[in-house]
Amino acid sequence: MRRFLITAGALLVFGAVYGFADSNSNAVAIDTVWTLMAAVLVFLMQAGFAMLETGFTRAKNAANIMMKNLMDFSIGTLAFWAIGFGIMFGADAAGLLGTSKFFLSGAVVDDAFSDFTFWVFQVMFAATAATIVSGAVAERTQFKAYLVYSVFISGLIYPVVGHWIWGGGWLSNLGPNGVMDFAGSTVVHSVGGWAGLAGAMVLGAREGKYVRNGANGQSGKVMVNAIQGHNMPLAALGVFLLWFGWFGFNAGSTVAGTDLSIAAIAVTTNLAAAAGVVGALIVAWIISGKPDPTFALNGAIAGLVAITAGCANLAPGSAVIVGFLGGVLVVLSVQFIDRVLQVDDPVGAISAHGVVGAWGTIAVGLFAQEKFGGVNGLFFGGGFGQLGVQIVGVVAVFAWTFVTSLLLFKIIKATVGLRVSRDEELRGLDIEEHGTEAYTDFEVYTTR
Amino acid sequence: MKLIIAYVQPHKLNDVKQELFKEEVGKMSVTNALGCGQQMGYTETYRGVQIEVNLLKKVRMEIAVNDEFLERTIDAIVRGARTGEIGDGKIFVVELNQCIRIRSGEVGKVAIG
Repeated sequence: MRRFLITAGALLVFGAVYGFADSNSNAVAIDTVWTLMAAVLVFLMQAGFAMLETGFTRAKNAANIMMKNLMDFSIGTLAFWAIGFGIMFGADAAGLLGTSKFFLSGAVVDDAFSDFTFWVFQVMFAATAATIVSGAVAERTQFKAYLVYSVFISGLIYPVVGHWIWGGGWLSNLGPNGVMDFAGSTVVHSVGGWAGLAGAMVLGAREGKYVRNGANGQSGKVMVNAIQGHNMPLAALGVFLLWFGWFGFNAGSTVAGTDLSIAAIAVTTNLAAAAGVVGALIVAWIISGKPDPTFALNGAIAGLVAITAGCANLAPGSAVIVGFLGGVLVVLSVQFIDRVLQVDDPVGAISAHGVVGAWGTIAVGLFAQEKFGGVNGLFFGGGFGQLGVQIVGVVAVFAWTFVTSLLLFKIIKATVGLRVSRDEELRGLDIEEHGTEAYTDFEVYTTR
Repeated sequence: MKLIIAYVQPHKLNDVKQELFKEEVGKMSVTNALGCGQQMGYTETYRGVQIEVNLLKKVRMEIAVNDEFLERTIDAIVRGARTGEIGDGKIFVVELNQCIRIRSGEVGKVAIG
């Protein structure tokens, strides 16, 4: 052991003297290692989404949810490799989309920070946007329809938005700073949320969710029923995994371990998530009289989504406010979408990712501070300029994502078919779509 | 007094309940049951290997009724549970000797209603 230490020490001295590693290549190495580590943290969010979604839905569809989460990552990876990454980060054409780097062409291993590193990090983000939708369309979507959808969101819908804001497209050139969305409140989360909204609208609600109580089942007042999820511990595990992965999602978005703002970003991320839980808990407690665990869990996601855009631009105190309001917003939004719009979103994905993602992006225009990065927002003397740019970004991304997704789901509906039959839905997608059960040897009630 | 025992497809339970409520039959017991009749099971696959599942999931409903409610209850169950496919289930009707409501000690017809 002692001999080893001496040898190692000698090598270090030798290396330092003869310049094995100069400061530049050290920086590249640190950036690369940091980005890869962050990428695998973001990968774990896939497990988080899978657990959260299955916890919030019924046991008879658990295997189907796992399959959808597995497939949107797998198909999404291939689509993002083939075309998505090129559209997002290739050479810009008219500010609308990228036109090179398809199939990772041009990526080389040399001394610089490579496209390989960047791609691994970015593919995790593409898959995150894709997997958000599976929650909103859960328990009633045909498996093959979901496969088709996965190709298009990861290969086209998401990368176009990514190009607009992160890839040098028109939204990144708006005003002096462009739309500021550091880690993707809008680029990733709103895209997933709005695509989910389109999907849930085209699909229609789950059987028994909205029931007309008139004599013939057609007229009368609509009753909004709760369809309880089957496993709170799994849902909670999912939220903890997401929270864990989110440190990579936000702090990793520096794609530079040498950028020491990563510590501040980790702080704002954690504070906003915690404040989101508290915000959602308080509102849910007031509304329903009990501290509802499902809303508290949604609150954590909301806090995280809310801070994702501004995690590198906000003071810790501002992060608490933005996260807290995100938590408040998610509870109100879930109830609004469920009861007023009557769009059936089993896990609250449209609210937590779409609505709160929009809030987080707008919040940058309100709370940003130059000393943390970027510009001053409205509340710190920056005026309305950046706020306006943020709002344009939110609206443009909503328009693009919602319209293309609506079109996509309608085309799928008219061709391969989008929804399972009523009987298949009632028996459960596990048996009907996959010929298997998630909980063999356990008693599963398929009566609801 | 009769005791109606019905075995129906689990996913038809809600439809049966809807039909029963329309006939103002709101008291019932429901349990999960496994069974086989003419349907003779189905096959699942697990990791590429076929599994014969011959005890199928059903729900067992027990409804105690006074005689004047017998026909409409049976009709409601049939309306709710029938798909015309094999496996829709069966209904058994048995004589009920006595019925006692524990809370009040009422017996017979009033205890059922």
